[in-house]
Amino acid sequence: MPVVVVEPRSGWAIPKFAELWHYRELLYFLTWRDIKVRYSQTLLGGAWAIFQPLILMLVFTFAFQRLAKIETGALPYPVFALAGLVFWTFFAKAVTQGADSLVANAQLLTKVYCPRLLIPAAAVFSGVIDICLGLGFFLIFAAAYGIYPSWQIVFLPLALLLGFLLAIGTSFLLSAINIRYRDVRQALPFLISLLLFLSPIAYPIETKLLAVNPLVGIVELLRWSLVGGLPPGPLELGLAVTVTSGLLIAGGAYFSRLERVFADVA
Amino acid sequence: MSRDAVITAEGLGKRYRFVSRTAGTTVSDAARAALARVRERYARSDGKERDWFWALRDVSFEVSAGEVLGIVGPNGAGKSTLLKILSRITDPTEGRAEIRGRTGSLLEVGTGFHPELTGRENVFLNGAILGMKRVEIERKLDEIVEFAGISRFLDMPVKRYSSGMYVRLAFAVAAHLEPEILLVDEVLSVGDQEFQQRCLGRMDEVAHGGRTILFVSHNLAAVSSLCTRAILIQHGNAVEQGAVDRVLERYVASVREDERTSLRTRSDRLGGGSLRFTGLEVVGESGSARTGDEVEVRLEYEAESELRNVMVSIGVNGLLGEPLFLCSTQLTGEHLRAVPRTGTVVCAIPRLSLMPGRYSLNIYAEVNGVLADWVRDAGTFDVVASDFFGTGQLPPSTHGHFLVEHSWSLGGELVAPETRAASSP
Repeated sequence: MPVVVVEPRSGWAIPKFAELWHYRELLYFLTWRDIKVRYSQTLLGGAWAIFQPLILMLVFTFAFQRLAKIETGALPYPVFALAGLVFWTFFAKAVTQGADSLVANAQLLTKVYCPRLLIPAAAVFSGVIDICLGLGFFLIFAAAYGIYPSWQIVFLPLALLLGFLLAIGTSFLLSAINIRYRDVRQALPFLISLLLFLSPIAYPIETKLLAVNPLVGIVELLRWSLVGGLPPGPLELGLAVTVTSGLLIAGGAYFSRLERVFADVA
Repeated sequence: MSRDAVITAEGLGKRYRFVSRTAGTTVSDAARAALARVRERYARSDGKERDWFWALRDVSFEVSAGEVLGIVGPNGAGKSTLLKILSRITDPTEGRAEIRGRTGSLLEVGTGFHPELTGRENVFLNGAILGMKRVEIERKLDEIVEFAGISRFLDMPVKRYSSGMYVRLAFAVAAHLEPEILLVDEVLSVGDQEFQQRCLGRMDEVAHGGRTILFVSHNLAAVSSLCTRAILIQHGNAVEQGAVDRVLERYVASVREDERTSLRTRSDRLGGGSLRFTGLEVVGESGSARTGDEVEVRLEYEAESELRNVMVSIGVNGLLGEPLFLCSTQLTGEHLRAVPRTGTVVCAIPRLSLMPGRYSLNIYAEVNGVLADWVRDAGTFDVVASDFFGTGQLPPSTHGHFLVEHSWSLGGELVAPETRAASSP
């Protein structure tokens, strides 16, 4: 018979992986709810996952290619931009909703017990379907330019996994801070916009210093795996992996440490 | 700890900080708090005790397998905090509890329900939140839907449900939870009377199914019928625990004590106030009300002006709040036509047929059909034993609330139903 001991805890904690596994169905249901709710009573439904990056791509093409004359080498600018934007749309939405997830689901914190890590995780998981739709559309779009993926497509899962884990780690961290200090909510849209321009989405980034932003390595890897060109350098890739794992561990640990007061401050 | 205890709590306590919800949640507050902490550490000031309060302190108890334990106490006493600690929603500040077995907690019905999702989808989502497996929910879906009585609306978004349907569906999911230990907060106070009865019935079934239940409720009648043992929590302390009757008695006595605020100053009343009750007493022939006495209920009032057409009702309730009978000017057809600005309304009961014990009164007045004053639990009175039947005999107290005059004889046969119906006018 399982014995649960309830007593005061303090200090750092590691997430309880066995318990997370036990509650995997709840993760599924929460993810599924987020997806259903996002597109309920919309005319276009999942098509929004395509329109958002598409429209941004048109705007960027005008602003950065026509006006700013950004050079993207052999790759046509619209293809370059759309590859980055499909990922960006996923990442920005995942982090925004992930950071807000605990506040939005305060009921789940104060009225039932469940592993709370599942709540921001579900918010990020629910974006996965969007990026799949977006990538599908991107491949068709690139094909229209006569560009097809080649052998390096095998690195696509790695790029997606890194981007996904980065979104999860960031969401753990931000959602835990947000439940206590709602300043996160105010600052996040601004920080996300800023991050867009510090990442190689609308233009290539050559400044090595900016590679501390893990998105530099991740987006370069993703774009290279889709349409070729120059692969990311070892520095960018190394930093992307290091910073992503660092954020994931730090986010998970901070979340687990704060988890026990969630119900009191939510 | 005894061998079959499934819950053992030792010295559980939970301390909260006195901070308003909005303060203390911005970065500048955090900075100030951090500064204060540093200062405290160096100054070792003792002023900090004032900033904290104990929602629960030093609560110890054991629950054996299959036991149904009631948790009673006034609002804010710490009952819900106790359940939250046992449910692992929040950590205790001190103490320790051991829980053996799969626990399900029901602190609210419909947790996680989303208005955009259909009834069916919400059943699955809510079930998963409460810790049910998908196959388990699938197996019970028909039963849940039938219990809620919403089968026609199952595939409609719940935002289009009436609030009654919503609550019924939410409770139905919860009612089909089958953990070994069930922690239930005041969830039965939702829905209409009939549905509440069904919920209680369901709880009873669950209780008799051998499950261990901790049951927080203000419905003392429900606690008394469902539970074998109870704990009374007041101001965060477990002040009494043991047999359910003894604990409820103690609780009710303390509630009455608090209610001695005079009727004149009470603010928990409804009505326009063109007439207000300011005092109340129940007197018998010899002063106190005795069984079989002629008894008067006297209601002192003040009105804004001279009034015509006043209707007054007095509801008499048992200790657990269960309604026993109603006296009303409407029932007897004696409308009070010319009522002076101040005075006393007297209701005379020729022969009081209540068993000895303590009773409470709800009082109600309408002026020209408009509610003027309505006070629940306006006061209590004691009925003292006396020789109702003239034999020196009274029934044991377990035989209800009433004494009914009756006589016995021998003779005749049973009268057939047809003839009985025909013979009565």
